[in-house]
Amino acid sequence: MEYFLQQLINGVTLGSIYGLIAIGYTMVYGIIGMINFAHGDVFMVGSIVAFIVILAFGVTGGTGTFMLILALAIIVVIAMIIAAAYNWSIERLAYKPLRGSFRLAPLISAIGMSIVLQEFVRVAQEGRPKPIHPIIDGGFEIMHRASENGEFIVRISNMQIIIIISTLVLMAVFTALIQRTALGRAQRSCEQDMKMAALIGIDVDRTISITFIMGAALAAFAGILFLLYYGSTDFFVGFLAGIKAFTAAVLGGIGSIPGAMLGGLIIGLVEVMWSAYFTVEYKDVAAFTLLVIVLIFLPQGLLGKPAVEKV
Amino acid sequence: MTTQGSNITTRPYDWAAIIKDVIGSGIITFLILTPIVAFKTTLDQGSLTYSTRWPLVLTLALIVIAGRLIFHLFVWNRIETSKSAKAAPAKPGILSTIGKYIGPIMLVIALILPLISHFFPTSDKRVIDLAIYVLTYVMLGWGLNIVVGLAGLLDLGYVAFYAVGAYAYALLSTVYLPEWFGAGVVPWAFYLTLPLAGILAATWGVILGFPVLRLRGDYLAIVTLAFGEIIRLVLVNWFAFTNGPQGIIVPKATFFGLPFKDDPGGFAAFFGLEYNRIHFYIFLYYVILALALLTFVVTNRLRRLPIGRAWEALREDEIACRALGINTTNTKLTAFAIGAMFGGFAGSFFAARQGFVSPESFVYLESAIILAIVVLGGLGSQIGIVFAAIAIMGSFELFREMDFLKAILPQGTDPIQFRMLAVGLAMVLMMRFRPRGFVTKRDPTVFLKEKKAVSGDFVSQGHG
Repeated sequence: MEYFLQQLINGVTLGSIYGLIAIGYTMVYGIIGMINFAHGDVFMVGSIVAFIVILAFGVTGGTGTFMLILALAIIVVIAMIIAAAYNWSIERLAYKPLRGSFRLAPLISAIGMSIVLQEFVRVAQEGRPKPIHPIIDGGFEIMHRASENGEFIVRISNMQIIIIISTLVLMAVFTALIQRTALGRAQRSCEQDMKMAALIGIDVDRTISITFIMGAALAAFAGILFLLYYGSTDFFVGFLAGIKAFTAAVLGGIGSIPGAMLGGLIIGLVEVMWSAYFTVEYKDVAAFTLLVIVLIFLPQGLLGKPAVEKV
Repeated sequence: MTTQGSNITTRPYDWAAIIKDVIGSGIITFLILTPIVAFKTTLDQGSLTYSTRWPLVLTLALIVIAGRLIFHLFVWNRIETSKSAKAAPAKPGILSTIGKYIGPIMLVIALILPLISHFFPTSDKRVIDLAIYVLTYVMLGWGLNIVVGLAGLLDLGYVAFYAVGAYAYALLSTVYLPEWFGAGVVPWAFYLTLPLAGILAATWGVILGFPVLRLRGDYLAIVTLAFGEIIRLVLVNWFAFTNGPQGIIVPKATFFGLPFKDDPGGFAAFFGLEYNRIHFYIFLYYVILALALLTFVVTNRLRRLPIGRAWEALREDEIACRALGINTTNTKLTAFAIGAMFGGFAGSFFAARQGFVSPESFVYLESAIILAIVVLGGLGSQIGIVFAAIAIMGSFELFREMDFLKAILPQGTDPIQFRMLAVGLAMVLMMRFRPRGFVTKRDPTVFLKEKKAVSGDFVSQGHG
């Protein structure tokens, strides 16, 4: 039971990170109906930028609490801006000119862009993993029980608390943004019918650009959390995280933001539980298999609307 | 007949907009480059340090600004008034005359290549080895072309079938064939396994394809990617069966039972030749050439059968296909299986050439390279794939030797590092500017009386 509880905490933490990335996939898919294959790599760029800024500022675990919070806030802002610049440029250079081209063109372009981002970071920063010293440590013991084979402690670390709470806050902010603001209305109308939205005076290009920027900001935040949680990053982390987050987006129902979060949690839990109770080696296989199963049997996802193909 | 691009006029410059755009793109470039290029982090004996590279960032940002300015002033302000010139039917110009002869010429060069290289003994082994390498990718490109170029299904896990073929050869030749038929069969293993590898890969194609082929284009891409990774992870982790990441050492290919060895029972001794390692390479070269040509011929014949026509119809418009009563699932499945089969052949050859297989060789990047070859070849053009394979694989070799790049680049950077970056950029640029390949021409497969080439711009693809 304690073991399960501990894994539950770990799974929810991991799932929050996947969920944040998945939102970017789901929003872009909702509006222009394509998989932004490079999104996982934008997440990676976010984590690499955070790594560089942490190194440049000399942030360590020994920094005082106030300074630490200030430094983290600056890191978050910088990483979000840079990742947004990346995703905006990607959309401008690689996707926008291809709207109206044939079906596979944007997808192939996105795959090319994903390779470009990975290789760019690898060339500029070397391929080796980049470790940092733990910055946020400490935590709470939730449960403590002595059994015959030693004592078992259920812990939740401060980092996990930060991840879960900040994800909840960001989710709330984004849902409000989509549901209540003019920008969100523009996005939802583009999602329903792009031509009609243009006719009633919505700047479609701008709305799409903003969607990419928002997705990138969330991915960058996930990248920072990833770096702080695992203490290491490299140029290839975006590949696996990207596929899993995409699985989360599909599982939750592509186009639905709460769905992306729910899907992220499920993927995170499946991955952690699989490693805990079955084999660690096959945890990625489990996630990929889940993707295949979901796409075959539940293509509209848990919270999505069934897609109607228009001719 | 008007020639294209004759009516070009210029617009007056809108200086405010140009300056805004140039400054904007400068800022964006600067933002993009600042953290990742400006700060180079190095891990030095456990402690992290960084150095700055501001001059590089500023140079790159200035290049972007200057480039955009030049484009604004000299390229983008031209308005092409005659849009019709662009959509004119492809004229039987010099290109198509070359196009008619380029195939046979290439074939002749390919057939006599070992002879040519024989006269330059200093480099012959390297040339032949590179040619084998390129031909393997030509074959893979032709195999994937059936799936991506003809049937229009984006397969990102093609390397999985390559892996199935390679491991089929490895496991059959080291474990199962000796067990079933005794050790005497090992020299013949390559010939026995080659068809089996193809059948196995095709079976896997059907197994993987059957559940997922109802999905639409981009979902299919992700699922095939996931399958490719699943197969690789199983190869890495199923230690008892595949020997895990250490890989398997396998017997190399033989000349119909005669090994290429310097002993009395070997190939050289049998034919009374002096032993030379080059014999093995020449043999391999002709094997892969034959396999590649088989792929080419089979694909070309299939394109003229109803199934081939169904593939191309499917690529153009799936809904129309369904309306006309084509069984889309079966059509996709055959494309998938046949493409997979050629991947399996190539994988089996790869194992027999290398003498060693390990999961390292079957990573996602490999699928991406094969896809890049098909894309740069022009999605569906078989001769284009040859050029793309030569360009990409050849440039990988060239990057090793580009000394002038070393002079420009900062100390300690190796040009070879940029090869995949270049491939990725080429894919994006290709989709942006030439999505239908360098020669935008589609040969009709059905025609009345005479064959007329159709300009690629007339063919709308897959809006459905």
